[in-house]
Amino acid sequence: MSKAVSALSGVSHKGFVQVSEAGLRGMITVRGDLGSAAMKKAVKAATGTAVPAQRRIEVASDRAAAWMSPDELLVLVPYGEAQATVAALEQALAGTHHLVADVSDARAVFTIRGARADEVLRKLCPVDFDALAEGEIRRTRAAQVAAAFWKSGPEEFTLVSFRSVAAYVMGLLEVSVRPGSELFPA
Amino acid sequence: MSTRLSKGGRLIDRTKPLSFTFNGRRMKGYHGDTLASALLGAGQTMVGRSFKYHRPRGVMASGAEEPNALVGLGQGGRFEPNQRTTTTELFEGAETISQNHWPSLEFDIGAINNKVARFLPAGFYYKTFMFPRFAWKHVFEPIVRQSAGLGKVPQHRDEDRYEYAYAFADVVIVGGGIAGIASALAAGRAGKRVWLIEQSAHWGGRAVVDGVQIDGQDAGDWVKNAIETLGKMANVTLRGRTMAAGLYDHGYLLAYERIADHTPGDGRPRHRLWRIRAGHVVTATGAIERPLSFAGNDIPGVMLASAVRDYVVNWGVSPGDRTVIVTNSDDAYRTALALLDAGLVVPAVIDARPEAKGELPEAVRARGVRVLAGHGIAKVKGGKEVTGVSVCIQAGEGAEIESIACDAVAMSGGWSPVVHLWSHCGGKLLWDEAQAMFRPDPKRPATGDDGAAMVTAVGAANGILTPHEILADAHRAAGGTGTAPGAVAAVEAPMQPVWIMPQGAGPALRMKMWLDPQNDVKVSDVQLAAREGYESVEHTKRYTTLGMATDQGKISNINGLAVLSDALSQAIPATGTTTFRPPYTPISMGAIAGEARGEIFQPLRRTPMHGWHETHGAHWEPVGQWRRAYCYLRSGEGVHDAVNREIRNTRNAVGLLDASTLGKIIVKGPDAGRFLDMLYTNLMSTLPVGKCRYGLMCTENGFLSDDGVVVRLTEDTWLCHTTTGGAERIHGWMEDWLQCEWWDWKVYTANVTEEYAQVAVAGPNARKLLEKLGGMDVSKEAFPAMEWREGTLGGFRARIYRISFSGELSYEVAVPASEGLAFWEALLKAGEALGVMPYGTEAMHIMRAEKGFIMIGDETDGTVIPQDLNLQWAISKKKDDYLGKRAQERKHMVDPDRWKLVGLETLDGSVIPDGAYAAAEGVNANGQRNMQGRVTSTYFSPTLGKGIAMGLVKRGPDRMGEVLDFPVDNGKVVKARIVDPVFFDKDGEKQNV
Amino acid sequence: MLTLECPYCGVKAEETELTAGGEAHLKRYGPGSSDEDFESYLFVRKNPKGVHFERWRHAYGCGKWFLAARCTATLEVFGTYPAQSKEPPAELQAKIRAKRPNWEGYR
Repeated sequence: MSKAVSALSGVSHKGFVQVSEAGLRGMITVRGDLGSAAMKKAVKAATGTAVPAQRRIEVASDRAAAWMSPDELLVLVPYGEAQATVAALEQALAGTHHLVADVSDARAVFTIRGARADEVLRKLCPVDFDALAEGEIRRTRAAQVAAAFWKSGPEEFTLVSFRSVAAYVMGLLEVSVRPGSELFPA
Repeated sequence: MSTRLSKGGRLIDRTKPLSFTFNGRRMKGYHGDTLASALLGAGQTMVGRSFKYHRPRGVMASGAEEPNALVGLGQGGRFEPNQRTTTTELFEGAETISQNHWPSLEFDIGAINNKVARFLPAGFYYKTFMFPRFAWKHVFEPIVRQSAGLGKVPQHRDEDRYEYAYAFADVVIVGGGIAGIASALAAGRAGKRVWLIEQSAHWGGRAVVDGVQIDGQDAGDWVKNAIETLGKMANVTLRGRTMAAGLYDHGYLLAYERIADHTPGDGRPRHRLWRIRAGHVVTATGAIERPLSFAGNDIPGVMLASAVRDYVVNWGVSPGDRTVIVTNSDDAYRTALALLDAGLVVPAVIDARPEAKGELPEAVRARGVRVLAGHGIAKVKGGKEVTGVSVCIQAGEGAEIESIACDAVAMSGGWSPVVHLWSHCGGKLLWDEAQAMFRPDPKRPATGDDGAAMVTAVGAANGILTPHEILADAHRAAGGTGTAPGAVAAVEAPMQPVWIMPQGAGPALRMKMWLDPQNDVKVSDVQLAAREGYESVEHTKRYTTLGMATDQGKISNINGLAVLSDALSQAIPATGTTTFRPPYTPISMGAIAGEARGEIFQPLRRTPMHGWHETHGAHWEPVGQWRRAYCYLRSGEGVHDAVNREIRNTRNAVGLLDASTLGKIIVKGPDAGRFLDMLYTNLMSTLPVGKCRYGLMCTENGFLSDDGVVVRLTEDTWLCHTTTGGAERIHGWMEDWLQCEWWDWKVYTANVTEEYAQVAVAGPNARKLLEKLGGMDVSKEAFPAMEWREGTLGGFRARIYRISFSGELSYEVAVPASEGLAFWEALLKAGEALGVMPYGTEAMHIMRAEKGFIMIGDETDGTVIPQDLNLQWAISKKKDDYLGKRAQERKHMVDPDRWKLVGLETLDGSVIPDGAYAAAEGVNANGQRNMQGRVTSTYFSPTLGKGIAMGLVKRGPDRMGEVLDFPVDNGKVVKARIVDPVFFDKDGEKQNV
Repeated sequence: MLTLECPYCGVKAEETELTAGGEAHLKRYGPGSSDEDFESYLFVRKNPKGVHFERWRHAYGCGKWFLAARCTATLEVFGTYPAQSKEPPAELQAKIRAKRPNWEGYR
């Protein structure tokens, strides 16, 4: 697996919060009937979680299942387990109308960590953060590119973008965390 | 002359002196000053010159409405022209320069325009710069260029940074005067998510200057306590130095925060553009005082009465030692009192009303000041500064009754509510006859997504000018419960509209009555426009330039349209106002751009091998948001040479192309085959598993939209390749049809473009190279053309497609994107002895043209159908329907005269210019030469050693061998013969090995 | 700048998250249709000043197409509903009729 590298090789910037490229993450697009028993079983086996409800992400340690649309989930697993998980999902959903696609290498993942982590994203995303629920995943745009994020810790957000624009996204994050640009300074 | 008073000034801190320069002269101000108060305090009454006549200009106002006192501020990468001194906070070391003069502010050549002003009336430019036509280039344009524009253009890259931020609120209250604060208290206590924003650095607005008492306290103390209370509410956000620039649909409010204008270089962003989504907007934006139109009202030292008391009370600055006050209302008497309190002289108050007997006039009389009721100013005396006024009867024609010596004039012509935000999104106004003002019509507000009002105007912005009623209005409008704060202020007698002074002023006086002092528009100009037939206020605005200056007519519009109405003999509401457009005051270009500059101006999409290309001489070509290597330059090599080398190497050894940008979309499900049969012109449902097929997609209008190789992965799964630019568009197109038209079809799609790094390995040594990596059987027998295989190649998880776009033996290999760079490097290493070399997009383009393959975007332009490109072989005749089929049946689509694809070969071997047209006999209805075809792709082919081209020619395929004329630049004609578009290896012997 | 609620993910999305797709409830005419029908399908649009039905895609969100009823003059939004609808939901039509008594109906 040493040949596999993430888009930015884990680069990090420290401003009024810390932003880092989080490295490779196994990610699998699953489309199908989210209400079916087969889907429940497949997701449970892959992540240990329930099928997430609308705009929810269900997390179980290093695995998660996120709601993408009424017929699409994103399954997150450690990078090295993606292929095996794809095979398991395919098997569990066999016989139903579904699509499973490994997208682990098509994405870049970022961690935004610090007490003011939300302020960084408030500069880039047209999202009402005060109304963001615990465990909610929000698909939106970050400045000019598509992105999805969720609150992954008490003072941490995880943001996912397409791999090709990883450097652009890191550029946005770096400029947005520069000291002195806090949105709500004390 | 203006000066700093020895005491007073509620906003300045005399223990913190600041130094700054004006035109290189060192001056002193205090912390808390604006540039305007500091300039006035330093005795600088004249601060610039006007745009057209270069007349001397001084500070006229104390806020956003200031038309005159603009300066160039800063140095180098922080220089910016047209900074309003009245709203710019002073900071240590500020460098300012005055504008619109040459060689100096005091002695200005352009002021000659003033001497010939009578020959420069409204519409001068329209009337003059017309004939003769040739004069435009040599006479008029140089003159216009020399005199156009206000201020100097910055010469350096902006050193500051800027950003956006998004916010959401139930209520945004705009304006931090007592109305805005009362609304914020009411909304905040009701538990709403509230933003209160104020454009200046201070809360309280006018009331704190005017000595209002609120709930038994001085307004200043009440404001301080209220702001403290609001600051403690978790649901309330307070923002000073933040100006609401514009209100747009569905409560979208743009607010411009000037974070570091007063602390330049401290590392913070200079400006931030807040994009606020407001459930409701309360405009507590106050009102702006109007000037009076009398001769010489533009001379430095003539100021708005409210501004005069602002300078005295807020900054301890006196605009003059002897200030004459001229008014049509009681309000200006407050200025007299403020001046008297500061120990200054008020020689007289000239009141246009027949009598002045209210509480405030009586208080002024009681201090021994003459009040001249029923009088007006015939003209102001002085040039670069005021020396006196000539007093006349307001009802008369301007005969001087007496002359009063003074060095400042404070004028008040009534108040205009700031209705900009109210109006931006369609809120309507009504004319209030008693107060002579347009104010918001509460019955016709701008409405939001629920159809209900999305804006409420309160306080002075709502046409209410008395503090007690302002507070009650603001409290109620924000849903306040209980009693509103109560205020005590002097009772005022009614004002009386005065549009020109004196009423019967003749032409000589009217030519000196300024309406718009920045653009030099006078009463006489508006009257001239009316006489010349400009009846619409919007036309008059553009003809005279009234209100078109940087202040957008904040002080001039109402006076101007009153003069226009009078000239047209119609009521003011019949004339109406011009349109209020955002931004309220100018905002910086930096704030509009936000973070989008430099490296992050726009997203740049990078393939996994991008970094390698960059360090290996890539000459980039933008393709959509991607950047692809056009060719790889070696040291000392030109682009043309590099391209030719890459082609020769690919044709003779082996080349590598980074094809990762090609779109890759999975289409899966029981109805996937049926769906693809609708999407593509040919049959995809019959494609056997393991095979590849080239396909075309058309719009419903029949025109080619995209092409690519379709791969059947399993019984119910296909992989569709698209062009680089087409991936997102085609994926969206598929989803559109699946979601909106055939939603009962069982098909899922997934765009997996970025999951894979894809490399085209092409050339006679391609097979040997893959064999060297090893792990998969790529032999001719085991792996025929137009098939695909999956396996492990040199240790990489790979899927290989045996497809060729170059005409060479070619394999396109897809590996996980994360391993793309390692795979690319492994290919280069393994291919060293085989002569491997990367090639760029231009080599790809030329090689495909040598083979006669079409390119979407070259051979197609949105008007070309597959039949035009002789692609009938890729159009299924078995299908009843596909997207575009019906359109292609229209009679002009089957017309044999359509322009069709052919090859073109110049008779002399040269390269025809791209886009050249083939001329035909005769001319069309417009007298233009008839055309019969055009060049769509044209290159020098290193393989064939001559120019080759493809083009669309009328009945082209039926005319093989014919020679066409292509007129090019400079009357030259290139002759080219119609040939088969496949120039090289017609039988495909090179790829089928 | 408009805000529209995506009926699939429930987000009240601002226009920058959306892409517009033109008039809704068009009937597709394919091979065999008359020139008039085909022309109406491809080129003829209502473009009303008033109640209008449109296609929108939550492009930066869940990626789903949905339909919206709004007033092109006041920008009032009457409602949004799934793209998989042959006609506007009855209750939405009733709501529009109550607010715009002179509305001539969606056809």
